[in-house]
Amino acid sequence: MKEMICIICPMGCHLKVDDSDVDNIKVSGNGCIRGVDYAKEEVMAPKRTVTSIVRVHGGKIKMVSVKTTDRIPKALIFKVLEQLKTITVDAPIYIGDEIIKNVCNTRINIIATKTVSKK
Amino acid sequence: MKTCRLVIIGGGPAGLAAAVSANEAGERDILILERDEALGGILNQCIHNGFGLHTFREELTGPEYANRYIEEVNNRKIAYKLNTTVLSITSNKVISYVNTTDGFVRLKAEAIILACGCRERPRGAINIAGSRPAGIFSAGTAQKLVNIDGLLPGKEIVILGSGDIGLIMARRMTYESAKVKAVVEIMPYSSGLNRNIVQCLNDYNIPILFSHTVVEIKGKDRLTSVIIAQVDSSLKPILHTTHEIKCDTLLLSVGLIPENELAKNAEVELSSVTGGAIVNEKLMTNIDGIFACGNVLHVHDLVDYVTTESMLAGKSAVQYLNTHSNEDRVININVKNGIRYVVPQHISCDNDYSAITLKMRVNNVYRNTSIVVSLEGVEIITKKKPICTPGEMETINLHSELVRKIKNGSNLVVELKGRE
Repeated sequence: MKEMICIICPMGCHLKVDDSDVDNIKVSGNGCIRGVDYAKEEVMAPKRTVTSIVRVHGGKIKMVSVKTTDRIPKALIFKVLEQLKTITVDAPIYIGDEIIKNVCNTRINIIATKTVSKK
Repeated sequence: MKTCRLVIIGGGPAGLAAAVSANEAGERDILILERDEALGGILNQCIHNGFGLHTFREELTGPEYANRYIEEVNNRKIAYKLNTTVLSITSNKVISYVNTTDGFVRLKAEAIILACGCRERPRGAINIAGSRPAGIFSAGTAQKLVNIDGLLPGKEIVILGSGDIGLIMARRMTYESAKVKAVVEIMPYSSGLNRNIVQCLNDYNIPILFSHTVVEIKGKDRLTSVIIAQVDSSLKPILHTTHEIKCDTLLLSVGLIPENELAKNAEVELSSVTGGAIVNEKLMTNIDGIFACGNVLHVHDLVDYVTTESMLAGKSAVQYLNTHSNEDRVININVKNGIRYVVPQHISCDNDYSAITLKMRVNNVYRNTSIVVSLEGVEIITKKKPICTPGEMETINLHSELVRKIKNGSNLVVELKGRE
């Protein structure tokens, strides 16, 4: 049995999820049907968009903000973050530039979310 | 003295949207004054996503959201000055500003839009006892240090207050390998959005202690620990509940205050509830031709709402410039029974009957309630709400048919009914 708060709307229903049988996940505490789908994904394959920063060499500011182009499995968040900490990119960087391709074999890329011009 | 038709003070989300909207309405003589070295305001350091769901129907990060409007400002060739500090504005709309290239400049504007945003409440505003060591930051300052300057403010963190910036920073510090030991919230509920509680705290098993506060700060040169205590229903600490949390950093996320030093200067009338100007449905203040929008008017929870509001301010300013109509403000919108404030606070009588959006906040958590708008004691709008929380701004649209019914001297009231 897992407990979670539904974030689909401001109600914030406290859901109870029985996932003892993965083919028949039971959700209770939901105020509407959307809570069921939310709970199922959260139990089966929770995903998040990761946003962070990457060090820039020779830029007007020291860090460029980045994001994953799609949601990645929650379990990989810290692996992705570790990789971001090891790299430095050279200015200029433009918004939308690809920073890492296929990060942690997710087929998802890391892109810059702001432009950092040269110092 | 140099002149300019429309001067916008602040180049953050509010100022950018106001400028684009004024340009769209046909105004060409616009100048944005921004004190930072880039346009975009606070969005530049809000690198997380969740912006733009209403405006663009997609989830953008802060810098990406800002960029959409910065590009629009550039495409429309709207003038702006960066690294420029506005020192004062007067009620006859003379602006004094200073920067390193122009020096000290006095500029006469025909209309001004205040879009200066808000600032964080500091430690001094909440009176925590104890020493004054290094290691105490407002959440937004820590956000800038991490996201822009690449500096980590500390390694073991306690966050006081569960406003959205505090919640976002809990996750952010965790991402940067710091240990967030607890978020401490004096109220029995969070003022932040639910999705931030779940995705910034629960995802990383960061505990949130409701009805708790920091009662003492310890450390000589650097913070070494904080003492926290549970509070009773009147928010007084319960002495026997105190315990110590070792930490080197305390982040404060204890509220935002509209930045209205300039407005006071110009004799703009301010609301003691919102901390922002008192405005009519055109977002004009008591001073003819001075408008306010965004977080300087009242603190918003979503940038999307700031954008919509600021578009209105831009459009209204141009309307004012072209007609100079002097609208009497006659109808006050009264609030009671759980509604803390409504913006605009009053409606001018000789308006053009455009629809009006009322924005409001409640003063507590209410379930199974209705927001009711009544005119001369008759309910004209009833909006059922399964839940209303102080953290989420509510809006009610008065469509033009209803606006038409509002007459000089009408009694317009917004309240909660049937609340639990």
